[in-house]
Amino acid sequence: MSSSNAYSDRKIVLALIVIAVVLVFIIRLFYIQIINDEYKVTATNQAFRYVPVYPARGNVFDRNGKRLVFNQSAFDLMVIPNQIKELDTLQFCSVTGISRETFLKKMEKAYKEGKRRASVFEKELSVESAARIQEKLYMFPGFYFQERTLRKYPMSIAAHILGYVGEVSPEIVDTSRYYRMGDYIGISGIEKSYEKYLRGIRGTKIIMVDVHNREKGSFMDGALDTAAVAGQDLYTTLDLDLQLYAEDLLKNKTGSIVAIEPATGEILVLATSPSYDPNLLVGSLRAQNYPVLEKDSTKPLYNRATMASYPPGSTFKILGALIGQQEGVIKPETRYPCSFTVGPKSIHCHPHPSPADLSQSIQYSCNPYYCRLFINTINKFRKTEEGYLNWKSHVNSFGFGVKLGSDIPHELRGNIPSVQYYDRYHGKGRWKAASVYSLGIGQGEIGITPLQMANYSAIIANRGYYYIPHIGKKIEGGEIDSRFKERKYTTIDSVYFNVVVDAMYQVVEAGTGRGGKLSGIPYCGKTGTAQNPHGKDHSIYISFAPKDNPKIALAVYIENGGFGAEWAVPISSLIIEKYIAGKITRPDMEKRMLEGVVLPPKKIK
Amino acid sequence: MRLRKSIFQGVDWFIVLMYLALVILGWLNIYAANYDDEKEGVISFSRENGKQLIFIGTALFLALVILILDPNFFSAFAYGIYGIVLILLVAVYFGGTEIKGSKSWFRFGEFGFQPAEFAKFATALALAKYLSGMNIRLQRLKTKIISLIIILVPFLVILKQNETGTALVYSAFAFVLYREGLSGNILLIGFFIALLAIFALLFDEWILVGILGGVALMIFLFMKKRWGNFLKILAGFLVCSGIVFGVDFAFNKLHDYQKKRVNVWLGKERDSKSKKDEYYNVHQSLVAIGSGGATGKGFLQGTQTKFKYVPEQSTDFIFCTIGEEWGFLGSATFLLIYLGLILRIFWVAEKQRSIFSRIFGYGVASILFMHLTVNVGMTLGLAPVIGIPLPFISYGGSSLWGFTIMLFIFVKLDSHRLEIFR
Repeated sequence: MSSSNAYSDRKIVLALIVIAVVLVFIIRLFYIQIINDEYKVTATNQAFRYVPVYPARGNVFDRNGKRLVFNQSAFDLMVIPNQIKELDTLQFCSVTGISRETFLKKMEKAYKEGKRRASVFEKELSVESAARIQEKLYMFPGFYFQERTLRKYPMSIAAHILGYVGEVSPEIVDTSRYYRMGDYIGISGIEKSYEKYLRGIRGTKIIMVDVHNREKGSFMDGALDTAAVAGQDLYTTLDLDLQLYAEDLLKNKTGSIVAIEPATGEILVLATSPSYDPNLLVGSLRAQNYPVLEKDSTKPLYNRATMASYPPGSTFKILGALIGQQEGVIKPETRYPCSFTVGPKSIHCHPHPSPADLSQSIQYSCNPYYCRLFINTINKFRKTEEGYLNWKSHVNSFGFGVKLGSDIPHELRGNIPSVQYYDRYHGKGRWKAASVYSLGIGQGEIGITPLQMANYSAIIANRGYYYIPHIGKKIEGGEIDSRFKERKYTTIDSVYFNVVVDAMYQVVEAGTGRGGKLSGIPYCGKTGTAQNPHGKDHSIYISFAPKDNPKIALAVYIENGGFGAEWAVPISSLIIEKYIAGKITRPDMEKRMLEGVVLPPKKIK
Repeated sequence: MRLRKSIFQGVDWFIVLMYLALVILGWLNIYAANYDDEKEGVISFSRENGKQLIFIGTALFLALVILILDPNFFSAFAYGIYGIVLILLVAVYFGGTEIKGSKSWFRFGEFGFQPAEFAKFATALALAKYLSGMNIRLQRLKTKIISLIIILVPFLVILKQNETGTALVYSAFAFVLYREGLSGNILLIGFFIALLAIFALLFDEWILVGILGGVALMIFLFMKKRWGNFLKILAGFLVCSGIVFGVDFAFNKLHDYQKKRVNVWLGKERDSKSKKDEYYNVHQSLVAIGSGGATGKGFLQGTQTKFKYVPEQSTDFIFCTIGEEWGFLGSATFLLIYLGLILRIFWVAEKQRSIFSRIFGYGVASILFMHLTVNVGMTLGLAPVIGIPLPFISYGGSSLWGFTIMLFIFVKLDSHRLEIFR
């Protein structure tokens, strides 16, 4: 044995050093591979590119399966700035047809959004222009096309109901778990209310890229990719032909037409005028057209049918008659004289047999009758306030002064004045039924939207109940909200409707609505005139047809149309005829209505 | 001498199996690091995966040749081999081809030959030969100086070739000398100097000298107030201060890229993510290994290495591929195989009756250990970026041949262990 083997114990020291180093390495590996996630995130960020695959939005159809909205392909030209190599700007500009200045501006914007990020260079190119550019695109590394779908409206109707889509706003991206920058979202109309069905589900492709940013194919052969799921198709309650007809009738007039199927609450027509072509607000066109429409003094973007509120005028007398009967204040035989005086004021009426019973009061629209009835209804209670609240709860049960809860965004509630309102106006306890009697004839502070008015007509047609008016009829693979299937009862018993329905039939047969009488279709109506302090009164007509088992309930508003009989009655009768009979028997009247011009009074500047 | 039945008689199969396992693992990872989905995994002799196959084949042939040779050949020709390698080292400095800033290559067409890779085992042979000589005692100053010269000559030539990493491996011989009787204090002092050097780079030298002065003063206060003690402490303080300034002086003599690597390692520079930055390499290496997770992404599935995010993936940073594709389980297993090999060599070396064989064995284990420490430490961000291969794993003919020859000389010597009577 060698003498230097005296140091043989030192092998242990050396072995321990080696073991210690390997141990340190293993601990370090444990830390960076198992405990710390930072490196995994970095690896994913640099080697994977998550490319969104946009789904096609669901199509929208009318109640008969006719197309209202569909998709057309468009292509966004995308750019990843740091992948651009030796770009021939001049050639690029001539291929894409943009100027040098535009090019520089767009490139600057793209650089701002991030050198490594894909950003939109040119939006929504048509299939044809994209195809033209695609041929030359190989010369410009860093640029590529991404397919998107844009909305297309074949009939250019129902702009306000259908609404529009646009790129999601940063605020929504921040608060939502689904949306990412660049996604489309429904901004108004049913595009908004049925967004979650229509949008579909965005897919993702995971593309691997190498250190030079070259694409290296799908990660795991696309095993982790998710396909885009196309949006669900929506069948609406609208009747395309009737909607188109209603919009034609409203041309050159200001106002709205709302038609509801009473048995279901399905909205058949919701037309407002002036309107616009929904194709104007598609994709990048919206940025240029929206401000123009917004500045237009005729307010084409304003949906009068759900947002404008008008005093209901004489149409409100039906409700007065119903409440009066329910409260036991009158019976069908009750007669009131055709004269009424409050203080210095006396209410006038047009000549008709007097004193009128309930049926006649409706047929001849007797103002004094309803002022008196209103006062008696309130004064049934000892305290005015109590009486008013009781009356108001009846009114609210008809959907007045409250939101109906339809699936149309931007629906307003109109106005039925509160007790507090009159307390403020007259002083608490210092107002009597006589102070607010004009409510009885639908004048004063009441505001009712055309949608509410059409629903009112449907309630009468149903003799006492309604379904919340709605646009969504069927979602492919989904369910329409159950609230639309639920019958809503008013506070009025159905027996009290018979007399008013008969009276409304008389209105059409021999009263203010006789101008719209249709042979073979017995139907009911009631005219109204909303007082307009700014000019000629607004013409209102509610109607439903046929009288028994009604198929359609209507509210027609023509602003500055004068008496109901002038415009609203003939227009309503045309729509009823078209819907029920399927053909028009009075071409002269149709021509007059289609070509008629009702202009608002010239504004005095 | 007894008649041998076969050239494999007495061979330590444990070492050989470990060697084969590492070489195969190495080739699989080189194949993975070069894998290109478009070219699929074609093995071609113009690509690294094919060339490495040639290197492995020739290396195995060399191993066989060594097993056939007479065991006394290596002891007898130790100085001769050392001399030839030294001549080659000098010759390559004047006549070699410059690759990536270092003049250490002879080029023959497609292939290169790097003498520095062979200098390591040659030095180990020479040192073993010298220290196993009659009447040689490491306690003598003369022995120490001659040993140091044997180590320093190739070290300095390689340093001059700009192969800093390979030169650094010569510090491994400190382990060998320690085993043969060099005072442990020298190792401790070396460790202390290294620590002081790191501090000198991290902090301002004057602050460091101030702290050293404070420490010296404290020690003096707690010792007996004698002139002798005072002088000892003063001398220690001056030497330490000298080291501090010396390190800063030497650091400024380094190349810019070397300074940067050291700074990156010390955490002084890591803002820039530019691809030319030294930090980028370390960062990408950590990202590749870290993203492997517990079980790895699977063979040929490593995105960071396959898509070239990691530099020098098949040579210096080959451990990244192991880390990324085989995860914590795979890389820890790999380290344990390596640990097993090194400890086995220590153990087998310790059993040798011949001092020459034992010293050479310790040389082999220490060199492998040094490579493992620096290479894996670098990829894990624990050591500065120093370009040295991971033995048996990294791509490269010279290094594979060099390490194979080194390992199999030891296997050969060991296989004749029982024939030596002393």
